[in-house]
Amino acid sequence: MMRFKAKVAHKFAESPLLELRLPAWRSRLMALLILFSFVVLIGRAFYLQILDTDFLQEKGESRYRRDIEITASRGRIADRHGDVLAISTPMRSIWAVPPAVQLSAEQTQQLATLLETDAQALTRKLTTDKPFVFLRRQIPPPVAAQVAALKLPGIGQDKEYRRFYPTGEMTAHMVGFTGVDDRGLEGAELAFHGKLLGTPGSRSVIKDRRGQIVEEDVGAIKPPQDGEDINLALDSKVQYLVYSQLKQAIADSKAKAGGVVVLDARTGEILALANWPTYNPNNRTDLSGAQLRNRALTDTFEPGSTLKPFTIALAMDSGKVRFDTPINCAPGRLRIGTATISDTHRYGVLSVAEVIQKSSNVGASKIAAMLPAQAMWAMFDGVGFGQVPALGFPGAVSGRVRPWKTWRPIEQATMSFGHGISVSLIQLARAYTVFARDGDLVPLSLTRVASPRPRGEQVFSPQTAREVRAMLEMAVRPGGTAPRAQIPGYRVAGKTGTARKLEGGRYSTKKYVASFVGFAPASDPRLVVAVMIDEPRGKYYGGEVAAPVFAAVMAGTLRTLGIAPDAPLEVAQSAKPATKARL
Amino acid sequence: MVRLNLLLLLVVMLCSLGVVTSQHKARQLFQELDVQHERTRQLEVEFGQLQLELSTWGTAPRIEKIAVEKLGMRTPDAETLLPTAPTGGASR
Repeated sequence: MMRFKAKVAHKFAESPLLELRLPAWRSRLMALLILFSFVVLIGRAFYLQILDTDFLQEKGESRYRRDIEITASRGRIADRHGDVLAISTPMRSIWAVPPAVQLSAEQTQQLATLLETDAQALTRKLTTDKPFVFLRRQIPPPVAAQVAALKLPGIGQDKEYRRFYPTGEMTAHMVGFTGVDDRGLEGAELAFHGKLLGTPGSRSVIKDRRGQIVEEDVGAIKPPQDGEDINLALDSKVQYLVYSQLKQAIADSKAKAGGVVVLDARTGEILALANWPTYNPNNRTDLSGAQLRNRALTDTFEPGSTLKPFTIALAMDSGKVRFDTPINCAPGRLRIGTATISDTHRYGVLSVAEVIQKSSNVGASKIAAMLPAQAMWAMFDGVGFGQVPALGFPGAVSGRVRPWKTWRPIEQATMSFGHGISVSLIQLARAYTVFARDGDLVPLSLTRVASPRPRGEQVFSPQTAREVRAMLEMAVRPGGTAPRAQIPGYRVAGKTGTARKLEGGRYSTKKYVASFVGFAPASDPRLVVAVMIDEPRGKYYGGEVAAPVFAAVMAGTLRTLGIAPDAPLEVAQSAKPATKARL
Repeated sequence: MVRLNLLLLLVVMLCSLGVVTSQHKARQLFQELDVQHERTRQLEVEFGQLQLELSTWGTAPRIEKIAVEKLGMRTPDAETLLPTAPTGGASR
């Protein structure tokens, strides 16, 4: 019994099983395997911790580190004095994820009131099967805060920018506008889009449990780049003057459209540019193409007599005529081939200077006949006709100057007085800088030019430019075509243009384009002003329709810029608006 | 030997407490800085809005309207204007 018990209660170590002799290699193999797995684990750990750290680092960081985008605002557009013409200010857009939205009738009503719609329209928007809808874009931040305070499920908001144009329709064509997603669509907004656009930055931060930022990875900050501010050459005061005078002139003459350009003759800066019809860039609900077009740059017209000085300057420059060379303009008609060129009045023998003063088509045609076609073409090309002005402005056109090899004699004659050739108003204004300066053509600039530019490309000799300037002064004096362009206290020079409009390949007898281009003070020209009135009703001569606009704009601009008068006072006081004006 | 070790232990503890407090302070200051940054941004936005308001109030059409309607001002006629040259006599 005892023995048996003792046998049962034997110790584990005494178990007979243990007496089995296992082969020694088995335990060694196990030990090796275990050791090997440890080596693998250590190796893997070494790999993860030392060699390929990025993966784990990233996983770890993603649990507490946040990248926050820092928005950048679009640059401002200001005029030359820093008055703001376009500025971005943050707004909110309210969006919804329709499947997640569950609103009570009362909540819908509240939301609709805040978003300024009615409850039905809102419900309609929310019952679509689209996964995402904008309920309203660009609402003021205080209203957005009220929406957020309602704490509605499935409705959120985003920050975005809205562009404001305080000067409205006055500067609409120059400044242009942006679309809802901050892209420049027209005008300077488009021309300078790359510069105005900011690049958003980002910062990498560590947030604590309460969502507060506790630390920042200074090395990983990408500062936002706000868009550059653009200072245009535009002068708001001059622009307003131009805009209001143009508007008045269009109303008075019941014209279809019109445009005015003011250039600084010394720097080539565009001080003002206005078109009619225009639009309000802050409210673009029903816009037509006619309103949007920046006519001064995008529309070409046959300029008429305003081109005469160019042909005559070329003839003088090449020594064919002098200012006092007599040109026989009798009997006021000239036959070239089958066509007849006629003057509005019968002139006898006129000097070259008088051809400009009286604006004789016959005289200009006879002078053009002395010139080779190629030289005339080269001159038109030299003053920038037929070329897109290098402004970078959207939609600027080149106008049309046909290659000289295809010119017939009649065409060369008509081109001398501005028919059969088309230019834009800005090209015409720029071309006149050759007379306002000493025969060189200045490049135009939309933005401010720090110092007067060196001389541009020489087109005419300084002597010719001075003589033509004197002739253009005569055109404005009594006996010329545009006495109404006179400005008391200043010597003014300029040329009228009255062109029939082409309609279906024929010249209309009812539709005209009246224009005037001139500069002042004539003793040392500072400003070039070009005026174009499209289809005036009633009076249609450039001297009657466009010249008064020129005078008002030029007088106001000279005063605004504080340019000293250069005319003796007697002249100033005797300058009464004359009644008679011709083509 | 034991005394030196205890002293060092004390120093280590003091240092670690110092690290903890300075870290805490740094975070607080950082939050403060962040608040001020946010304020800078808000002030910039406000500056922009004020600039917008300024130029809206100061547009030429509005000034002219007030000058004509409220103050009864008008542009003088060309006949009543006497231009004067700044340097004695017209500069020719």
